[in-house]
Order: sequence, then C-alpha cells, then structure tokens
Amino acid sequence: MIESFFPRGMAHYLIGGMLIGGGVGLLFVLRGLIGGTSTFFTSTLSYVVESPFFQQARFVGTRAWRAVYALGLVLGAALYLAVYGEPFQTGVAAWRLLLGGVLIGFGARLSNGCTAGHGICGLASLQWPSLLAVLTFLATAIGMAHLVQWAGGMP
Amino acid sequence: MTAPRWLAALVAGTLFGLGLAWSTMIRPEIVIDFLLFRDLGLLLVLGGAVVVALACYQIAPRLLSKPLLGGTFAQRESVLDRRTIIGAALFGLGWGLCGVCPGPAIAGLGAGNWPLLIALVGIFLGAYLQGRYFPKN
Repeated sequence: MIESFFPRGMAHYLIGGMLIGGGVGLLFVLRGLIGGTSTFFTSTLSYVVESPFFQQARFVGTRAWRAVYALGLVLGAALYLAVYGEPFQTGVAAWRLLLGGVLIGFGARLSNGCTAGHGICGLASLQWPSLLAVLTFLATAIGMAHLVQWAGGMP
Repeated sequence: MTAPRWLAALVAGTLFGLGLAWSTMIRPEIVIDFLLFRDLGLLLVLGGAVVVALACYQIAPRLLSKPLLGGTFAQRESVLDRRTIIGAALFGLGWGLCGVCPGPAIAGLGAGNWPLLIALVGIFLGAYLQGRYFPKN
C-alpha cells in the first residue's frame, strides 16, 4: 500500500534529506550560521548593485560565506555525479524555467525564505510563521503544477 | 576569517548538495511528480532534513556556549506578515511552474543539469526586482 505513494522507493529520499539536514546542522554547530539558500541571490547581487537595500549588513556581511556555501552545493552534487550518477538534463521548457525562476527569486526574497529557509531552517527553529509559509507555497505549487498538467504541459 | 571557518561553510554546503543530488531533488521532473501526487518522496526529504537540523539547532546551544569554530549561535526569526505569505504564494507558483527551488538550482549545475542555468538567471532577476522595487529593511 505505502509503496504506491513512493514508486521510486523511499531510502534515497530519506538518506538525501538527512544529508541536507546534516549540512544545515553542521553549519550551525561549527559556525552558528543559519544556512538557507535564497539569501545567496540577494547577498551576491550586493557585490554589483549599489542601492541601499542591497548594501545592508545582513547581505554584505554574509555574502562571502554564502558564496562558499553555494560553491559547496555545486561540489556536493558533482561528487554524487562522479561516484554514482549519470548527468541528467531536465526537459522542462526554457520559458518555464525562466518565468518560474523569476517568481521563485522574487517570492522567496519577499517572503524571506524558500524551501530551505522556511522549510528546513524555519521549521527546525520552530518558527510557526515559517510553517504557514511552507503550507502556503505547497498549496500554490500544487495548484500550479496541476494547472500546467491540465493545460497539457510536460512532464 | 580563518581557513577552518571557510572550510566549514564549504563542507556544510557540500553535504547539502550531496543530499540534494542523492534525493534526486535536483531533477525538476521528480519535484513536479510530487506536486502532482505521483511520488510523495519529497515529504521524506523534507522530513529527514528537518529532523536532523532540528536536533542540531535545539541541542547545540544547550551543550555549547558558542559554535565550535567561534562566533555566536544565530537564531532564525520568521515574521508573520503579508510579505511572508504573499512572497511564499508567489514562490510556490514559480516552484510549481518549473519544479526548481533555489538550492537545487545551484546544486544541479554540479550534476551537469545545465538547463538550470536559465532558472538561476531567473532567480537572480527576481531577487533583483524584489530588492529594487519592494525593499524593506
């Protein structure tokens, strides 16, 4: 019965999730930092955008470690590819990636968190506004995915 | 900043990226399958990540006076206001449209998922538009 909800198996999801939590936890135990990922985009823009919003200490003061952390994300996935995997390229249409990306970047920064910031760090910090944010983005994402499917989009 | 502190951020990010790849979250098709209720694996990923992070966040400050490499334990404080909820709603629309979120958009490059560069450009653009036209300190 339960297998029907997980046609690709369960173990790799749990192991991967615990590795993600391990990375977030390690950053906290070693350095006391909260490792969301969407702030990286604003903090990196602070290198080139001069306006006062981007030049706040919370971006300028964290942009270096956030960039190193992001480099780690790339390395970690590359490590997986080197050991286990074959390269995989998404078949999702370019316009969906671009428009979706704009909504993701704008929304996550307006909300001050994404699937990592609200979903992992916020919930692990027992921040109930983050739980509401998670439920909100799950609801709109499920709605949008069904809309795209209904309209004949792939996959 | 000293080398071990940089290395800590790099290793933490590497674990995160390894987990994203291992759990196949760097494949938008798998995320979209979750959103269409065809494969609920994403809930296991989120659950596994939250349990481990929760243990670290809650236990470390009780056992240690400061982080092992120095500094102070930061605390995430989420606020409940319109920006948080409207932003989350817009984020979800984008996530549902393309099956990508910020972590996998970055990590996917390491696994050769080059089309995600397009999503990365979009995310930077969205973050710019937010900071430029809807800033709040």
